[in-house]
Amino acid sequence: MFPKRLFDHGGKLSPEEKKLISYRGAINEALREEMRRDETVIVMGQDVAKAPAFGVTMGLLQEFGKDRVRDTPISEIAMVGAAVGAALAGMRPIVEFQFGDFLSCAIDQVTHQGGMLRYLSGGQIKVPVVVRLPCGAGQGTGSHHAQCLYSWFAHAPGIKVALPSTARDAKGLMKTAIRDNNMVLFYEHKILYRSRWPVPPEYHQPDFLIPFGQADIKRVGRDVTVVATLATLHYALSAAEELEKEGISVEVIDPRTLVPLDRQTIVDSVKKTHRPW
Amino acid sequence: MAAGAALAFKLKGSRQLALCFFGEGASNEGAFHESLNLAAIWELPVIFLCENNLYAISLKLEEFVRVKNIADRAAAYGMPGVTVDGNDVVAVYEGVARAAKRAREGQGPSLVEAKTYRLAGHLFDDPQHYRSLEEVDVKWQNCPIKRFKAQLKAEGVLSEGEMERLEQEVNQEVDKAVAFARTSPFPDPEEAFQDIFS
Repeated sequence: MFPKRLFDHGGKLSPEEKKLISYRGAINEALREEMRRDETVIVMGQDVAKAPAFGVTMGLLQEFGKDRVRDTPISEIAMVGAAVGAALAGMRPIVEFQFGDFLSCAIDQVTHQGGMLRYLSGGQIKVPVVVRLPCGAGQGTGSHHAQCLYSWFAHAPGIKVALPSTARDAKGLMKTAIRDNNMVLFYEHKILYRSRWPVPPEYHQPDFLIPFGQADIKRVGRDVTVVATLATLHYALSAAEELEKEGISVEVIDPRTLVPLDRQTIVDSVKKTHRPW
Repeated sequence: MAAGAALAFKLKGSRQLALCFFGEGASNEGAFHESLNLAAIWELPVIFLCENNLYAISLKLEEFVRVKNIADRAAAYGMPGVTVDGNDVVAVYEGVARAAKRAREGQGPSLVEAKTYRLAGHLFDDPQHYRSLEEVDVKWQNCPIKRFKAQLKAEGVLSEGEMERLEQEVNQEVDKAVAFARTSPFPDPEEAFQDIFS
């Protein structure tokens, strides 16, 4: 299902649209539900408590208080490092970066600390940290605020990478991420924050989780396999609709997580279409 | 990470403290500055303990730090910074105990700088061309273990015989550990992929 209003800017929502769940709202719901369920879940980042830049943590300070929802100074190394340290000592921190581009300021904490500690300790240490990373271009945010750099970190051992393209996937993957005992980088395409989606009934269940390593075939096709993530997935779906008119049937796969990657679904698709992209 | 652990202890209402050890060289890392600031603003129960041995591999302190004491950097972040004689076991104990008391009373973090001297090379095969060996020889007289042993003997806490026995026990324990390590088989290559994820 391709939301035609996805790339519109501005304009009021129609009554039908208001009934749908926004990508941003889905993540907010996941955070809220997991924070209610487990008091060791805490949130920190710049402006997350009082004035979240993309609104994802709206209302969390009011419900959970300033011990669990903390504004941080502009200190990426300390944010991630402290999250790792707090995780070692029994908390489940969620760190928000205002722009995912800045994760590289803390690359040592992400890779050498968060990613490696479990391995270095022979499995004795767990690092249940989620780092939330608004990413992506298309809104004129500029060169340092528009990149999608998950491939840099997907290579580092011990780090999981999730990247939802719809509200349903965002909520299910976020809940899984929070309950995961590893370092998870959670990429959120900023152009998708305002997009609105219908959701299945199970979405509202408290344990609605989408497992990592499970791709989603967003469009079934016969002739060519396209694998795409985040906003690009929607461009792919849009292209697929156009190509259908020319008699080309495109299968569009959303991996949903890069680490772990659901290779089987992709391989099965390519075996069917013989044309990977 | 120490600041983060301290955050967890504070949120859980525990009496635990985080103690973060680092050298004066590491106090130039961005992580040091960011962590001290974070610990100060959030009043975290963490003690930052700098072992200043005056050498970061080949660099002498005055080549890479402008201030006289690492402890002077604490003021920039709004926490107390104290120096102690790092070669005096009791002085270090008392300095850290004071910082621990502060933290446990909810007064937040401290920076304790233990002033000492690096007696050996930084690395196993360090030829140490960057300093004179006479300089090093003089410093051995200030060895903290030598001083502490003399103090314990003078105060009648431990006799020469008891100290020798303690050292023998420790040596035996270390020898056993080394022997165990040397005779243990190498891990199966398959183990290289264990524990990457939990």
